[in-house]
Amino acid sequence: MMIHTLAEYQKQLLAKKISSLELTQFFLDKMAQHNALNSFITVCAETAKAQAIHADELRAQGKAGPLTGLPFAHKDIFCTRGIKTTCGSKMLDNFIAPYSATVTEKLDDAGMVLLGKTNMDEFAMGSSNENSFYGVVHNPWDTRCVPGGSSGGSAAAVASRIVPAASGTDTGGSIRQPAAFCGITGLKPTYGRISRYGMIAFASSLDQAGPMTQTAEDAALLLNAMAGFDVRDSTSLNVPVPDYTATLNDSLQGLRIGIVPSFFGDGLNSEIGAAIDNAKSVLEKLGAQCVEIELPHHELAIPTYYVVASAECSSNLARYDGVRYGYRAAQPVDLMDLYKRSRSEAFGQEVKRRIMMGTYVLSSGYYDAYYLKAQKARRLISEDFKAAFKNVDVILSPTTPDVAFKIAEKTHDPVKMYLSDIYTIAVNLAGLPAINIPCGFSGQLPIGMQLIGNHLTEARLLNIAHQFQQHSDHHQKVPMMESSS
Amino acid sequence: MKWEVVIGLEVHAQLATQSKIFSGAATAYGALPNTQACAIDLGMPGVLPVLNEEALHMALKFGLAVNAHLSHESVFARKNYFYPDLPKGYQISQYEIPVVGRGHLDITLDDGTVKRIGITRAHLEEDAGKSLHEDFQGMTGIDLNRAGTPLLEIVSEPDMRSSNEAVAYLKTLHTLVRYLGICDGNMQEGSFRCDANVSVRLKGAEKLGTRCELKNINSFRFVERAINYEVERQIDVLENGGTIAQETRLYDADANTTRTMRSKEEANDYRYFPDPDLLPVCVNEELIARIKTTLPELPQEKRDRFMQHYGLNAYDANVLSSARELAQYFEAVVDVGVDPKLSANWVMGELLAALNKENLAIDESPIPPAALGQLLQRITDNTISGKIAKTVFAHMWLNEGSADEIIEKQGLKQVTDTGAIEKIIDEIIANNPQQLADYKGGKEKLFAFFVGQAMKATQGKANPQQLNDLLKEKLQKA
Amino acid sequence: MSITKEQVDKIAHLARLALTEEEAHAYATQLENIFNLVTVLQQADTAEVRPMAHPMDAKQRLRPDVITEGNEREVMQAIAPLTDMGLYLVPQVIE
Ligand SMILES: [Mg+2]
Ligand SMILES: [Zn+2]
Repeated sequence: MMIHTLAEYQKQLLAKKISSLELTQFFLDKMAQHNALNSFITVCAETAKAQAIHADELRAQGKAGPLTGLPFAHKDIFCTRGIKTTCGSKMLDNFIAPYSATVTEKLDDAGMVLLGKTNMDEFAMGSSNENSFYGVVHNPWDTRCVPGGSSGGSAAAVASRIVPAASGTDTGGSIRQPAAFCGITGLKPTYGRISRYGMIAFASSLDQAGPMTQTAEDAALLLNAMAGFDVRDSTSLNVPVPDYTATLNDSLQGLRIGIVPSFFGDGLNSEIGAAIDNAKSVLEKLGAQCVEIELPHHELAIPTYYVVASAECSSNLARYDGVRYGYRAAQPVDLMDLYKRSRSEAFGQEVKRRIMMGTYVLSSGYYDAYYLKAQKARRLISEDFKAAFKNVDVILSPTTPDVAFKIAEKTHDPVKMYLSDIYTIAVNLAGLPAINIPCGFSGQLPIGMQLIGNHLTEARLLNIAHQFQQHSDHHQKVPMMESSS
Repeated sequence: MKWEVVIGLEVHAQLATQSKIFSGAATAYGALPNTQACAIDLGMPGVLPVLNEEALHMALKFGLAVNAHLSHESVFARKNYFYPDLPKGYQISQYEIPVVGRGHLDITLDDGTVKRIGITRAHLEEDAGKSLHEDFQGMTGIDLNRAGTPLLEIVSEPDMRSSNEAVAYLKTLHTLVRYLGICDGNMQEGSFRCDANVSVRLKGAEKLGTRCELKNINSFRFVERAINYEVERQIDVLENGGTIAQETRLYDADANTTRTMRSKEEANDYRYFPDPDLLPVCVNEELIARIKTTLPELPQEKRDRFMQHYGLNAYDANVLSSARELAQYFEAVVDVGVDPKLSANWVMGELLAALNKENLAIDESPIPPAALGQLLQRITDNTISGKIAKTVFAHMWLNEGSADEIIEKQGLKQVTDTGAIEKIIDEIIANNPQQLADYKGGKEKLFAFFVGQAMKATQGKANPQQLNDLLKEKLQKA
Repeated sequence: MSITKEQVDKIAHLARLALTEEEAHAYATQLENIFNLVTVLQQADTAEVRPMAHPMDAKQRLRPDVITEGNEREVMQAIAPLTDMGLYLVPQVIE
């Protein structure tokens, strides 16, 4: 089957077989055709066309870079100057960002064409995209199912090929889990590898942006432009950015892959286990060796995550008070009323629940037992990985315990929803890079596997993923979709 | 009195940086509302703080000046509470590990004794904006220009026992931060703000009484008044069998009272936790050593040196070392080769009076120190008398030229020609036979009459000592 | 671990959220369930463990003291709910 990756469009632009404007119009049409997926909050048709025309001019002048003229979409969590940036919330429904995120600027400077802003769980809190003020996003493989979250709009849009690539963010699995549910490639880089400036914060010590693409090769192309030190982000890493495409074809000979046996127990859909077994044998044929390892504190990951992430979010979301921007309740009787009604009317249930949880764990008398304890547990989890990476190069695991579930199936039970992040969360706590790659299907729904690397080993993860994709075709499958028009 | 007063002060000193503590917006005072509030200061979604290097260095300077322990790794925390002048819903401040730990500051009391006041800590934090209550019917206007201005919060131990001691501490601290160049000390503009923790206990009691925190005290005078009022209030409550409630009280300068602050009534739960957007701030020995080399001579060192080196008395040394610029001016005058005591008298007397009258700062003086030095030299070398010097000073103030030029132009040179003075004296004695007779008859006070006449005749230009000697001699002979 | 409705009300007030009776009861139950999930944390031995601030134990970088931002009031206040004479307006604040 024919696929249309960034890399291929890049070649076509280079060979002048197609113009950026034609390409942009092609995708704008597709977006309109498939708007029933609800993967977009904002479509930037006019600015996209202007960017495309500019890109074509640059190319004509011989000034085009590798990404010039390639269209993509941003998760609606990245501030885009002059364009509505909602973070999936009623709170920011009227927020026209007066500045751009560093990532926005970088992709803009690279000459990429912004097609639109994708739907997401409100403030990136969620694993199903059911928590968006703009409505649920449908999984293109089965529209009765969720696409995963919180970067569900980006995942659905890339999976359905209505955009060639998109950005996402990952705080506890929000790139990898929807990538797994939608059958695409999604990379969460090392914490600090990509600037967080202008990326609306959920949990500051965990949030990290990354590419969501059809292939590892595309992820490498996009990461080249997204990564890098930023003076505006104190937590960004001042480490040179390699060319991630340069090592994609390195050999996997001698690669040591860690497997955590307890990850493949009762809680895992057996078809996912089988798909990963198949993937293992593909990688072994390419020269890799699988080794059993342990992560003794892994059971602490979910509680630690929900304490740390909630605490940080309760504070990060205090700025939404109806005073300087965003939603403001009508006719407040006094200041307290302005605060309470603005926040209650504009935040959704899940966001309020997390704010409540975070306020609770930080409140006097509970800080030591919860927040401080979690920060310590976080180090234990991180040390486990450190120890593991002394013996192995990467860790292979499922991305999710199950494939995409039905819309509304879990909304009444937040705990059940939280538990489904079991394989992705520890990675954020330890600040590690990890990638989801499609590795099979359960019925018509995709299965993803996760490769976790040590800090700053994005190039190796992309190399392994690319080699796997050279010897598998799961990533090339495209959902059958009816157009909505 | 059977009560003992216990006072601890919290001072917020605005650090004199160009830009804010976590953003590149300007800190200048007096700009139009919200014209110096950038996306970071406004707490826009997604923005992030980066620490201003100069703010850290200023805090370290202060720490070194009060002999404090400096933390090698300090941490910024978030203090969470909702208030309209607090854009993010939290203030970034240092909580568990401040950059400056325990230190001390010596103050000199009115009777000359020196008292050591403990400094508990000093930490870096961001300022909030300003609420304007007038002009908007039923609404409050918020100006966020000040939001994000770097503050150093300096917390003292409860070591002060009277409002006088509190004022002495505050003045010493005020002088120090200005010396260090880390704060302009302008209290009207809010660059140096003071909160006072006040309690009373029975003399001899060990346990501290319940304290009240007084806010909004924006002058040295008000500190004294607010504390005195509060002490009286607390004693009054206790003596009438009441108890003191721990609370925050607002000083009302117009009414000279304190009252409960309504916005602080509700017990706050600030939910402090380390700010995940900022990382531990590292200070190594090398940086501390580097900052140390930038420290100026401190006020106390300077005062001691002025006394030892120049032989000034404690009062003069104190006044002249109270501000760095004043001390600099004084030393520049001495450097011209003028006697230090004479320099001190003129700087503290004539010069400060003239500056005060026109509301000028010492570095705005129309007479530079070298020019004043030249004038004073003319007194020393007997070219003019001290009295004439004041006339010359007045002309110099109006930019009419140097001391020598003015003396020359206006013929103010002292008459030292003995013959000329003798001639004048002879004439005066001849013209005033009655006074001469009275003088000879024992009315010695009349000597001043003859001096006055002689001065009048020489237009004040006669050398006073010479005139005295010659006059005495002539009257004896007459 | 049990969480009372009163606790929920207190937290909601700290977080400046107005909850209906129903919501408050629902949150009490949900928070209780979530905290039951979290109790496993208490069993972890963390006596000798330093809390982790940054995943890579990085240190704070410093910014030179330079003014880089100008007056952006017009742009910033174009998205503000209520302003007058350059000020953000809120219901009367009482000190
Ligand atoms: Mg304080
Ligand atoms: Zn303070």
